[in-house]
Amino acid sequence: MFERLLALDRRWIFLFVAVALTIPFFLGLSCKSYVSPEVKALYAALEELRPNSKVIVSFDYDPASEPELNPMADAFMKYAFHHRLKLICIGLWPQGPLEVDRCFNRVLADPEIQKLNPVYGVDYVNLGFQSGNEFAIQGMGASIYNVFPNDMRGTATSQIPIMMDVRDFSNVDFVFNLSAGYPGTVEWVQVAVDRYGVTLGAGNTAVQAPLVYPYLGSGQLKGLLGGMKGGAEFEALSGHTGKATKFMVSQTFAHLVVILFIVMGNVAYFAAKRKGGRA
Amino acid sequence: MNVSDWLALQVAALLTLGIVSFLYKDNPIYKICESIFLGVSAGYWFTVLFWENMVPKLYENISQAGSRPYTEAGVPSLLYVVALILGIMMLLRLFPKLGWMSRWPLSVVVGATAGLWFITYMQSNALSQLRATLLPILDFQAMDAATGTGLSGWFNKYLGNLVILVGTSTGLCYFYFSKEHKGVFGGLARVGIYFLMVTFGASFGYTVMSRMSLLLGRIDFMISEWWPSLFSGWS
Repeated sequence: MFERLLALDRRWIFLFVAVALTIPFFLGLSCKSYVSPEVKALYAALEELRPNSKVIVSFDYDPASEPELNPMADAFMKYAFHHRLKLICIGLWPQGPLEVDRCFNRVLADPEIQKLNPVYGVDYVNLGFQSGNEFAIQGMGASIYNVFPNDMRGTATSQIPIMMDVRDFSNVDFVFNLSAGYPGTVEWVQVAVDRYGVTLGAGNTAVQAPLVYPYLGSGQLKGLLGGMKGGAEFEALSGHTGKATKFMVSQTFAHLVVILFIVMGNVAYFAAKRKGGRA
Repeated sequence: MNVSDWLALQVAALLTLGIVSFLYKDNPIYKICESIFLGVSAGYWFTVLFWENMVPKLYENISQAGSRPYTEAGVPSLLYVVALILGIMMLLRLFPKLGWMSRWPLSVVVGATAGLWFITYMQSNALSQLRATLLPILDFQAMDAATGTGLSGWFNKYLGNLVILVGTSTGLCYFYFSKEHKGVFGGLARVGIYFLMVTFGASFGYTVMSRMSLLLGRIDFMISEWWPSLFSGWS
């Protein structure tokens, strides 16, 4: 029996995981999220910002990472609009500006946000994509107008009301980076934080989160949303419940299946070893 | 929903199923979907780079250099001619006889990157991290200021700094290869391995969560968007 378990076709595991992820969609369950200190720290840093503070939001991801980062982006934008923060959106990935537009489309469709009547160019702007990775961040430290000469609609950046007094990082109150890899949070810490003294918070894919935890301990990063769990925690804190909270039930089910298979695999391995079989 | 949106949904669903079919086994439909993905990505990157970088930054600055000698940031517009020449030299790799000229722009890229990274890594990854490791173990005032409640709060207050100190020190012992890992030093290196294993375990846990999230995104799309579209049709 243990030999059969060890030789189990991995496609069965895929099937079990897929079923575990799908079933909660039809059960209507919900689960409570414990809010971790790094998410609380990010929220506290945002709470310190006064209305009309200038916030750069860098969308450094592509559609492949949407399930993890879109819920964070949506919750952050809703929080920002409710607190009257001015949003300057950019992308260091070519798909970034597209994600910005899609995010605004989703958030501005919310009746609660429509009541606030945010205006493009005054309350938020999409400056588009710039190549150069960390060199683009370095350039923004000297002149944002030079790195992003126009916004996505072709208007000169210096002529956009929200940008008129934002020449470089010294005119920016907070940077929030949504990152799925390179360039991303590591580069923002290395250049924007350590060279220009920018205050940075980040939302990362779960794969990348462990890489940036050291920056959290050293204070280079004010707070961090790690993966879907981080997104769900931020949704819970900000009161803008969205897909991250909904998906955490499926995540929990799937994790239980994975843990079950790990336990079964280990039991089978050691049992087969004791019997002198394949192991 | 109009026809184009409806068709886009069907194409997205077919491509999703095509890619996921690889989990069963490799097949021609998966290969087709993979090739479409690569082609569309490359085309998208090229288009965005051309229209958002080459046109507004290179072409417009050079073509308007006569009427506008300096950019809004005070950079001479004609300086972009140097970038244009270096870019053309990079493309000369395509011609074997002139390929040697591509080494010049490459040397500029390597030199600038090395210069920037040397400083940033020294500052961000060495000095700042070193400073963050020099923590008081018996500073009760700092311990009381540590955040958290319950068991994790108690851990943060009284053991957090000690764990960072022991983990960093023993981890460094493991990566010190000029002395054989024997005796007390070997024991410390072994403790370092345990810390590394915990780190890899945590990282693996996050990776599992990340992969599940990606699959969840696709399942949500199929259930919430594609399936209803089959019955709603288009208008």
